[in-house]
Amino acid sequence: MKKALSISRKAGDRYITYLLLIVIFVGVQSFLNSGAASRSFKGLLIPTCAYILAAMALNLVVGVSGELSLGQAGFMCVGAFVGSLFSLLTEATIANPLIRFPLALLLGGVVAGIFGFLIGIPVLRLRGDYLAIVTLAFGEIIKTIFNNLYIASDDTGLRIAFSVDAFNEKPLAGNATYYIKGAQGINGTPQDSTFAICMIVLLIAAVIMLNFMDSKQGRAVMAARDNRIAAEAMGVNVTRAKMTAFVMSAFFGGVAGVLYSHNLNSLIATKFDYNLSILILVFVVLGGMNKMRGVMISTTVLYILPEVLRALKDYRMLIYAIVLIVMMLLTNSKSVRAFAEKVTGALKPKKKNQTGGAE
Amino acid sequence: MSSFFSYLITGISLGSIYALIALGYTMVYGIAKMLNFAHGDVIMIGGYIVFTAVSTLGWSSGLGIFGAIFCGILGCLLLGVLVEKVAYKPLRNAPSLAVLITAIGVSYLLQNIALLIFGSNPKNFSSVVMFDGFSIGKVRISGETVVTIAVSVLIMIGLTLFVNHTKSGMAMLAVSEDKGAAQLMGVNVNRTISLTFAIGSALAGVASILLCSTYPLLSPYTGAMPGIKAFTAAVFGGIGSIPGAMIGGVILGVIESLSKAYISSQFSDAIVFGVLIIVLLVKPTGIMGKKLNEKV
Amino acid sequence: MALLETKDLSIQFGGLKAVDRLNLSIKKGQLYGLIGPNGAGKTTVFNMLTGVYAPTSGTAVLDGVTLNGKSPVEINKLGVARTFQNIRLFGKMSVLDNVRLGFGNSIHYSLFESFFHIGRYRKAEREATEKAMELLKVFNLDGEKDYLASNLPYGKQRRLEIARAMATGPKLLLLDEPAAGMNPNETADLMDTIRFVRDNFDMTILLIEHDMKLVSGICEELTVLNFGTELAKGPTAEVLNNPRVITAYIGEDD
Repeated sequence: MKKALSISRKAGDRYITYLLLIVIFVGVQSFLNSGAASRSFKGLLIPTCAYILAAMALNLVVGVSGELSLGQAGFMCVGAFVGSLFSLLTEATIANPLIRFPLALLLGGVVAGIFGFLIGIPVLRLRGDYLAIVTLAFGEIIKTIFNNLYIASDDTGLRIAFSVDAFNEKPLAGNATYYIKGAQGINGTPQDSTFAICMIVLLIAAVIMLNFMDSKQGRAVMAARDNRIAAEAMGVNVTRAKMTAFVMSAFFGGVAGVLYSHNLNSLIATKFDYNLSILILVFVVLGGMNKMRGVMISTTVLYILPEVLRALKDYRMLIYAIVLIVMMLLTNSKSVRAFAEKVTGALKPKKKNQTGGAE
Repeated sequence: MSSFFSYLITGISLGSIYALIALGYTMVYGIAKMLNFAHGDVIMIGGYIVFTAVSTLGWSSGLGIFGAIFCGILGCLLLGVLVEKVAYKPLRNAPSLAVLITAIGVSYLLQNIALLIFGSNPKNFSSVVMFDGFSIGKVRISGETVVTIAVSVLIMIGLTLFVNHTKSGMAMLAVSEDKGAAQLMGVNVNRTISLTFAIGSALAGVASILLCSTYPLLSPYTGAMPGIKAFTAAVFGGIGSIPGAMIGGVILGVIESLSKAYISSQFSDAIVFGVLIIVLLVKPTGIMGKKLNEKV
Repeated sequence: MALLETKDLSIQFGGLKAVDRLNLSIKKGQLYGLIGPNGAGKTTVFNMLTGVYAPTSGTAVLDGVTLNGKSPVEINKLGVARTFQNIRLFGKMSVLDNVRLGFGNSIHYSLFESFFHIGRYRKAEREATEKAMELLKVFNLDGEKDYLASNLPYGKQRRLEIARAMATGPKLLLLDEPAAGMNPNETADLMDTIRFVRDNFDMTILLIEHDMKLVSGICEELTVLNFGTELAKGPTAEVLNNPRVITAYIGEDD
């Protein structure tokens, strides 16, 4: 009886997350349908979903795999550009966005996943802070590549270059279209991202990630995180485990990029710099790491917070920074917490004996 | 050939600035085992302090400039120590990620304080170097370049002597080697960490003056990219290693300058990062880094 | 035919011969002890047998397969599992998951099946969970299955390490000071458990231990290491009465 109870408890915890997503979807969608939603509210929905997905994906590396990655924006960049390019190229041939967009999502994710695999080969040999700086370096390299990428079509076919000079030397002939124009980025991506599709993608991603964490492959990743030497002694192929998490993270980072780019008429690569990677890392760490539901909530709160504080104008990012520091001090420092408790006089004992498992 | 020489000198000068910043990263990492992401922003604040001091004290007198330089370095030093006391010290035993996020918070905080006080429009920083430089053959070397390289060399010599030959310096080495053992041997760990932040931040102050004199546009985000580059330089040289940070900084500056000149200015950052990746693949702990083995 | 046979197994760190020409021969089903003063090289022997260190010379053969040059993962798959002197559990995983991890190479389903918990996943996981619970019962840990491993008391952590090692389905179990830090009652329980494991799981066990009560209580044969070389070997009672062994241990606190 006890055994059955524990399994259902774990699975039950996952279903709370799924239910939460569904309830939010139904609630927000009916709010949207009622027509009462403001423009700024609508504008926040899709980016929030994209960041939630990117943060959950990063959590696979940071929380589940225990490696510090500062390159998540790079994978979003790959997904965003590949997905947008695909949609632009196939807009005429695949007219139905309900067919075109899932393909774009998949393609963006897969290409980002391939980038993840190729980057993972060198990166996963490194440890700790060295791994962090190299992922940052790769993220910046990816950004730079897309920031200097020119893709256009003319009568001679598709033309790709890494400098506009190539098009000046041999100008585009006849009926020419630019798809990606260097630092000006990509324009006119069809607006295929809808809130409903975002939520469906989030739900599927949550199912895959949480199920993964409750599988032999997921346990291998967590074991390698907790104790690499013991994991190897228990027959875990640590490199493969870490690679699995890294590629999954890159894939979903790419999908997040596709969601993001199909909400914007124009997109530039410099959006995806290391500051964005750091921002996503902040979401993950404040979400409690390893806890997918926490990451979802922290991303939503932290992404929307500056928007809510918009009324405070120039002070909003200042407040944001202070909130960040104070939260970190409160959650991680005994002396600061003791001080805060003395001030507020409110004592909240916390028990952390039982495992949270996959939340 | 002469243009190559001039690019090389520019690179060494830029690299010296990176090295000064990287020293702050590497010393703090060695001692407190934390990545101080806000270090780049200390440079930016230093720039604004000097800018304000110069505007107040006036340009005309040499006294004004020296006063401004003094204010800049002292301001950075105090800022560094203050940040350590308020934000990092309470997290001495916290998970490293919590410390990293706090450092990111401090970085945001400093940027936004500068944004509130000085606005987002870049300020035009006038060089504090009063010396015109000289020419060797066809190669023109600016005063800023000469001063940057000279000051950096002096600081590096001074720092090396300090670390290896003074009691406080050796205490720093001891704490970075083994905090617990150093404490048992009577080293005041907290004071040593404060001292490290003080020195690292003072060096950032020097770097900020040199940086702004050479690249005169000052904005709240001025410190971010040099900070990241210097962090890269520190890792490149082997994070935690003082000579490593110096060598890493200079090499990075030279690579950046030469690739801007000969390959592509758009891709120069990517090339710098690419070289970092290759170096770490060959030597996973950087040029001067120590290999760490876990005891089973 | 011995299950584990080492021939002149040696390792050198710089100029130091940490283990010098060790010859072990452990028969199937045996409970074998490796003892010796601190720093004698006992854990180093384990590290060589499990592929953490590469021997400088000599060979180790398990059931006819040479272990030299194989990685820790390969050696575990060949049937050697171990515990660690300084406990190395997966601290942020549950007790149950620590053990289920051990079954990783004996249950089979694809990553895709993991993503959606379909196909072979359900049956394989159910079986792994049942087997893990059986092991936890043997080690008297079934009541704590949902605890984080790092939250267990010390003695239970040591038992969990053994259970986890057992889950990988080894032929040979290497226990590195399993009774370290346990009180006499816990040690007595542990002795029963080790015997039970040997008898009921058909296990061959090589253990390092300082607790002489445990050694004399359960080990059938011993090898004594001193400064990396073999000081004595043979049946337990005989070895423990060997004057050279007694001299080596004088002043040694057991």
